[in-house]
Amino acid sequence: MKKSKLFTIMGGLGLATMSLFLMSSDQNDAPAVSGTTADIVDFYAFEGANSSNFVFAATVQGLLTPGTPTEQAAFDETILIEFNIDYNNDLKEDLVIQAIKRGDSMYFFGPSAPAYSGSEGTKSTIASSAPNSVKISTAEDVQIAENNGMKFFAGPREDPFFFDFNRFNEILAGTATGFENPGNDTYAGTNVLSVVVEFPKSMLPNGTTGVNPFAAGTPMYNVWLETKRKQ
Amino acid sequence: MKSLKNITLFASLIISLLFVQCKDEDDNVIINATCNDGIMNGQETGIDCGGPTCLPCGETLDFSGIYIQEDQIGRPGINTLFGTAGFKDSFNVTVPSAMQAEFQTKFQAKLLFMNELYTANILGQTAEEFTTLFSKDVLWLAQTGATSYFNGTEILTGRNLGDDVMDFSLLLIYGGPNGTENPELISDGVSTNDAEFSSTFPYLAGPF
Repeated sequence: MKKSKLFTIMGGLGLATMSLFLMSSDQNDAPAVSGTTADIVDFYAFEGANSSNFVFAATVQGLLTPGTPTEQAAFDETILIEFNIDYNNDLKEDLVIQAIKRGDSMYFFGPSAPAYSGSEGTKSTIASSAPNSVKISTAEDVQIAENNGMKFFAGPREDPFFFDFNRFNEILAGTATGFENPGNDTYAGTNVLSVVVEFPKSMLPNGTTGVNPFAAGTPMYNVWLETKRKQ
Repeated sequence: MKSLKNITLFASLIISLLFVQCKDEDDNVIINATCNDGIMNGQETGIDCGGPTCLPCGETLDFSGIYIQEDQIGRPGINTLFGTAGFKDSFNVTVPSAMQAEFQTKFQAKLLFMNELYTANILGQTAEEFTTLFSKDVLWLAQTGATSYFNGTEILTGRNLGDDVMDFSLLLIYGGPNGTENPELISDGVSTNDAEFSSTFPYLAGPF
């Protein structure tokens, strides 16, 4: 690589101070949520071990070290964790799965149509339907609830995210010119709080084809995760 | 004779009714116990309460109120990579249907700021196409078939726990049209998690 090209890239990286805040995929991504109980660490959506099911996983409150910090980490009863599903590709939530803590349990609502959608989607009320619930797990006491083809979990887990964040910081700071191989996983040995729900794909209407140009014939959903605070 | 016949008919009618009733109840118990079906079934300890999945009996929980958004994520690391100070907070509270109009040009500027020599990525996207797609921060999830953020075969059909999502982002930003440019910047050298994921629910590994 020519030096000038490298400097161009490095200069861009070095000035990109936003990246200095990178902790996990979404953790500490912006000043207003950084370090709060509403700060999302990550979001995963995949086909379950049973290919008839989807799995949604949300992680919050990252970089918990083993022992007391992990044991004392707690979900916040004022924070709604909301999985959003858009099946007709208008980027507006058609269905949501909501999770919120009460007492020693996590309560789940949906999938059901949200009260607010589209341009009002930053606002939510919790569905009035009867919830499912699961007792919040600890490291030793793992609780999984099953009902109506759905499975529910909430509690501390190992952080699934992996990245050589320290090396990335060195690159940004100009003290390294590239990554190492092998690199070092900055998140090795740390935990997160997680909420995981598995549900039958049949609970959703069909997705939309032609959305993903790299799999044009496959019906797609648009899915995303939000955290919302009680006012 | 006539009355006996009537009695027989009546008895068989009663029996058949009982049978029908039993069948319905069995259906509820075995097939579809829910916390709002109006009967005590499943592992409930009262009508639609108690047990591992319903609200505790005699306890009223308050789920009322308005909740307002503070954070959002679709694809991994989008705000972190493409956001800049000044609009990262607003990105987190912008609905996906408004994101492209509000952030695409800012994302494109940021992409070219990170890699001034960007021409295209391995998906064949120009800077505008790439940032148009990623400024709409939702995750595509395939209704059928394998899900993966990127595994060489599947492209953006979901996100598994073990997907090396940061390498894919670095590859798209720095790798050029053939994925071969800037070899020292397109992979962080960490390709797997430090704990093994479970093949069964809840899939994430237990805490350290």
